[in-house]
Amino acid sequence: MKKVLKGIYLALIILFLYLPIFTLMVLSFNEGKTMNAWTGFSFRWYREMFSNRTIMEALGNTLTIAFWAAAAATVVGVMACIGLNAMKEKHRSFFMGLNNIPLLNADIVTGISLMLSFLLFGISLNYGTVLFAHITFCIPYVILSVMPKFRQLENHTFEAALDLGASPAYAFFKVVLPDIMPGIISGFLLSFTMSVDDFVITHFTRGAGINTLSTLVYSQVKVGIRPTLYALSTVIFAAVFVILILVNIISNKREEKRA
Amino acid sequence: MRQMALIELVDISKSFDGELVLDEFNLKIKENEFITLLGPSGCGKTTTLRILGGFETPDTGRVMFQGEDITDLAPNKRQINTVFQKYALFPNMNIAENIAFGLKISGKSKEYIKDKVKYALKLVNLSGYEKRSVDSLSGGQQQRIAIARAIVNEPRVLLLDEPLGALDLKLRQEMQYELIRLKNELGITFLYVTHDQEEALTMSDKVVVMNQGYIQQMGTPEEIYNEPENAFVADFIGDSNIIDGVMMEDRIVKICGCVFPCIDEGFGKKKPVDVVIRPEDIIIGKPGEGILDGVVTSNVFIGVHYEMCIEAGGFEWLAQNTVSYPVGQKVSIRVTPENIQIMNKPQSEDEEALALDE
Repeated sequence: MKKVLKGIYLALIILFLYLPIFTLMVLSFNEGKTMNAWTGFSFRWYREMFSNRTIMEALGNTLTIAFWAAAAATVVGVMACIGLNAMKEKHRSFFMGLNNIPLLNADIVTGISLMLSFLLFGISLNYGTVLFAHITFCIPYVILSVMPKFRQLENHTFEAALDLGASPAYAFFKVVLPDIMPGIISGFLLSFTMSVDDFVITHFTRGAGINTLSTLVYSQVKVGIRPTLYALSTVIFAAVFVILILVNIISNKREEKRA
Repeated sequence: MRQMALIELVDISKSFDGELVLDEFNLKIKENEFITLLGPSGCGKTTTLRILGGFETPDTGRVMFQGEDITDLAPNKRQINTVFQKYALFPNMNIAENIAFGLKISGKSKEYIKDKVKYALKLVNLSGYEKRSVDSLSGGQQQRIAIARAIVNEPRVLLLDEPLGALDLKLRQEMQYELIRLKNELGITFLYVTHDQEEALTMSDKVVVMNQGYIQQMGTPEEIYNEPENAFVADFIGDSNIIDGVMMEDRIVKICGCVFPCIDEGFGKKKPVDVVIRPEDIIIGKPGEGILDGVVTSNVFIGVHYEMCIEAGGFEWLAQNTVSYPVGQKVSIRVTPENIQIMNKPQSEDEEALALDE
């Protein structure tokens, strides 16, 4: 009895989590335009999606902005961590507090303030301002995921490398960087997904003529969503799913190697 | 023949956050010496080591290496290698890569590095461990790899910062002999830092006892143990009875109202002094046989011998003996003259403060 209840509970949770996505996937293969009736299986919407320039452009913008924002934020964030790590305890906790404020701040505040600042300095809103805004809000996430790795660094390995004749730069790249790599990778991935996900800040800093996926969907809601967007969402979901599985397999293998 | 000092620390002072850790510290280290800095935590011994390694800059004073001033030289430019307290092995490299780290930087050939790694592993009794990962090694093995990694670079001086602190007793004793063997085989100068007096006495050619940034006494292990210069050293090195006494005249000291013959001279007449008597030097006998009569107040078996407290002449004496005397038994005690060590009382308040282990 208890076992059955457990099973039902688990099934309910999974249903809640995945039924909406499943619905979307099924509808993306529906021949007809309406979501009320199944009129036959077809790849029609997938073909339309890949031949639609607006969607492809928005997808391109989303991915390139996410990649460059994550890359730039990772570099800046890691350098910030080096500095924070060298600070005294009191100063470090102060700056870590400063770092946490943008994380808790509402996106809408960040978005509007960034837009105002750009306009105030006479910078016209375009691809560059979106990228800049994304770098800005990604940096705190990188610091947050890299800093703990710095704190648990094997004691004195940096000094040991210097002691053995390494220059400070060589010691950093050979000894410190490999140790904090997991933090850097998770910081990068976190930034990437935050950037892909973002709507509010992008909306305020994008100006006319440039769309990311989220702003494109938003603008299409007004005129009615076409099933091409179901197809797009399905592709994105499938891509994320595959990446997630790959990451898990790789990290499992690595752990086995260690043990 | 007078040997030139390899390393000379001249008037080194260093403070952290306004707290003076080293105060005009002077030390000369000769070539091929095993020298130990011994003291309680916070006495400045690790700071001394870090200044030598180049990880701290002294506020004032100079560090000389073969007559050259290296005070401002970066750590990677010094012919000195350190074995760190927590080993500090590189976890992302295997054992061979760890040991080869310094050799690669100095641009040695592949064959040379391979031979040298093999030789170093043999030296620390870990042959065949080249491909192992750092995580798969025990604490003692990691410690030996850390030593191997330092000595392959053929440094003139090896600094060791409490390298055996994390090991268990048995392993620690084994490693002590290992270190002595290494020192004799390699002919490198060892500067060793520890708070463990037994380690210091076992391995060193010369022991430097430190407290609160000052050198309390410097000498061979025998000198430090048998002739402590002040109450701090006597108390820190081994167990001891430190008793107020009065030097009546040369070779006669009065302790607890009784006269003990001793061998010290030149203290003057009726001069108050501190007297040190090691617990193993107290000879226990039947009442009336010794100099003082007393009663055994406690008795603990600690392995090699029994440790007893004996109340006699208003002082509680710590005594060690292989024969057990039960609590409550009346006994007498005496000490042979050469086992009584006389020390001057601290002169000023300042010195008194130094002598106290806070």
